[in-house]
Amino acid sequence: MNVFFITTSLLKIIGMIFVVILPMVSYAVYAERRVSALIQDRLGPNRVGPAGLFQPIADAAKFLFKEDFTPAQVNKFYYWLAPCLAMVPAITTIAVVPFGSTLLGVPMVIADINVGILYVFAISSLGVYGIVLAGWASNSKYPFLGGVRSSSQMISYELSLGLAVIPVFLLVGNLRLTNVVRYQIENGWMIAPFIGDWANLGKWLLAIPMITSFFVFTIAVFAETNRLPFDLPEAEQELAGGYHTEYSSMKFALFFLGEYAAMITGSAIIVTLFLGGWHLPLPSLHGGFHWLVVDGTAPGWRGVVGGLFNIATFFVKVAALLFMFMWVRWTLPRFRYDQLMRLGWLFFFEIALVNIFIVAGILAYFQF
Amino acid sequence: MAFTTREIESPDPVTRVVAAEAKLRHADDDIGEKMVLNMGPSHPATHGVLRLVLELDGEIITKATPDVGFLHRGDEKIAENMQYNQFVPYTDRLDYLAPLSNNVAYALAVEKLMGWEIPPRGKAIRTICCETSRISSHLLGLGAMALDLGAMTVFLYTFAEREKLYDLFELLTGARFTTSYTRVGGQIRDLPETFIPRLKKFLDEFPSTLNECGKLLTRNRIFVDRTTDIGVIAKDRAIAYALSGPNLRGCGIDHDLRRKHPYLDYENYDFDVVVGSAGDCYDRYLVRIEEIRQSARILRQAIDKLPSGPINVTDWKNMMPPKSRVMTKMEELIHHFIVVTEGLDAPPGEVYFAAENPKGELGFYINSKGGGVPHRLKIRAPSFVNLSILPELLPGCMVSDIVAVLGSLDFVMGECDR
Repeated sequence: MNVFFITTSLLKIIGMIFVVILPMVSYAVYAERRVSALIQDRLGPNRVGPAGLFQPIADAAKFLFKEDFTPAQVNKFYYWLAPCLAMVPAITTIAVVPFGSTLLGVPMVIADINVGILYVFAISSLGVYGIVLAGWASNSKYPFLGGVRSSSQMISYELSLGLAVIPVFLLVGNLRLTNVVRYQIENGWMIAPFIGDWANLGKWLLAIPMITSFFVFTIAVFAETNRLPFDLPEAEQELAGGYHTEYSSMKFALFFLGEYAAMITGSAIIVTLFLGGWHLPLPSLHGGFHWLVVDGTAPGWRGVVGGLFNIATFFVKVAALLFMFMWVRWTLPRFRYDQLMRLGWLFFFEIALVNIFIVAGILAYFQF
Repeated sequence: MAFTTREIESPDPVTRVVAAEAKLRHADDDIGEKMVLNMGPSHPATHGVLRLVLELDGEIITKATPDVGFLHRGDEKIAENMQYNQFVPYTDRLDYLAPLSNNVAYALAVEKLMGWEIPPRGKAIRTICCETSRISSHLLGLGAMALDLGAMTVFLYTFAEREKLYDLFELLTGARFTTSYTRVGGQIRDLPETFIPRLKKFLDEFPSTLNECGKLLTRNRIFVDRTTDIGVIAKDRAIAYALSGPNLRGCGIDHDLRRKHPYLDYENYDFDVVVGSAGDCYDRYLVRIEEIRQSARILRQAIDKLPSGPINVTDWKNMMPPKSRVMTKMEELIHHFIVVTEGLDAPPGEVYFAAENPKGELGFYINSKGGGVPHRLKIRAPSFVNLSILPELLPGCMVSDIVAVLGSLDFVMGECDR
């Protein structure tokens, strides 16, 4: 443990939270409003600053100055704990996600631990406690129904979420997320394993279960982050806001931001597991056509530019997924609680399970 | 300061009755008592101020008690204290999503009392009013249903179309929302010159939006799952509860007042009465979306064969005479004075007239003892009658199904509570 490591880690943590995640969360809210406006033939927020870009700041100021009202006869401790529990896991999960290659010799991941994905599941499933506790502690019937729905939803989707990533680790043979990215650079992205090995029939066959896995995982992330069509705990129209009905001011804002932080983290994990992480192959024409891997290992300014390029690639991919999240939200209606459980248990669970065996079979047969 | 937990006693009788009944029925139930949930009157899915007191077993509803009357204005009593024409603005506020067709239904009821029939052009204009407001109301109905089920975008798409209709209403009547367009014996003004071209333009453009909404919902698996076999109304129950409008036709009963008791020359228009089969929420949705298309069909015919000529009855003893005649002729001056101060001279007797409004059968019963003021006016509000089936429809549904059922019944509390 040396000073350099501690300093760079601290810098990465602070940079990640205050420079990347929090602004990204508040601008995700802005983006959501603009995207929904785009989809619905409206304008969206465009009054505060150029193109409404200062809207998140105005919103934050508004939330801070609102009265922080605590209803009578709530369980104070859990009532206060719930919003924190909604926000913290979403931010903590990002620690193991590699968001770039290296920059000036520093690996662009906060904690490169060897149980990466287990850590992700362990922490991100804590998020549901925020919702359940909020529903229970509010001493109100609508939040209570929202909390109950949320727990049943989690149980239904955590399983397929976990099973859907197993094919990835069958291929990689390692739970460390940097290794997952490294594997994808060498062997093609998880959703397109045939890249670079075009003639291999096995790789083409492998693409089918991997893409299935990608879809199951993405849908499970939708459910995990309580986004429409799975926003049953919130269900604006029927539960009038669900678990956060009784919250106001910054406590409500924490739930709100927690949802977006979870969405960003979820997208980051999808990108890392299936979409090649920070890797973007650039075509190079020097000495015939081949794919050039840009990363931060090159010496001098090339390394710096390469490292920054990788970070940018990663966040552009995350932003593209976020856009998809929003697009889906403003297009689909909401599931019903029992239909969602049926979908989770009878459909995605089976698909994910069978998928594992298919991938294992392909791996065993083709031996790559 | 220490707080102790105490049960907050609700002073409201409906909640108390439901809670007491729930306790009584489950006194010897080992599994546990049921939760009484108060939904409304200010709740996003209850379309105004409907209040439902629900008794829940988990998420399943075991008993539903609607509580109406939060928007009661006493319209029927108000009508007894004013001349017939003065009541027209009050009809705007019945089904405020289709004010024009309320105006028309009321005017037709009073005209039935007077024994008047308005000229063909007036009738065609009224048909145009009725069908445009039917499109407007149904668009909102399906938009709001989609909104309640979580698809907010459809709601805004339908709203954009309704905006164009409101522009048309503004052109026609001078008001976007509270139109007050008809008078007994006619309407306040003829169609403006630009109205027909703009209506044609609307009719050409809006089917694409309607199809887009249909694409987002009709074959959407989530939407279909949320609405099929939910809130099924059997044919005999629909008749027993006297449902009307799309809710009745959704059950497969071929009943449309425009066909069964034609008024406004509806017998001369070529249109299909849209009928469902299963009587569930999905059928009611489909009936509405198809009725919009049929209304557009009627509108095209009305535009094509729009007759020329007068639009109002020319009974100057009971109608407001035109200013050119009031200023030049003695008799019309006197009539003008009498009509303004005492109103029209209705014969004694009673009439009931019902029109096929977007929400169902809107009926006016007028009991007259002669003179310009009704002795008694009763409004048969379709929303009120349609809501009466809720206690039978909701038990067995889940909480999420309430929004589908309420959205598909498409009621308006302004009319229900009147």
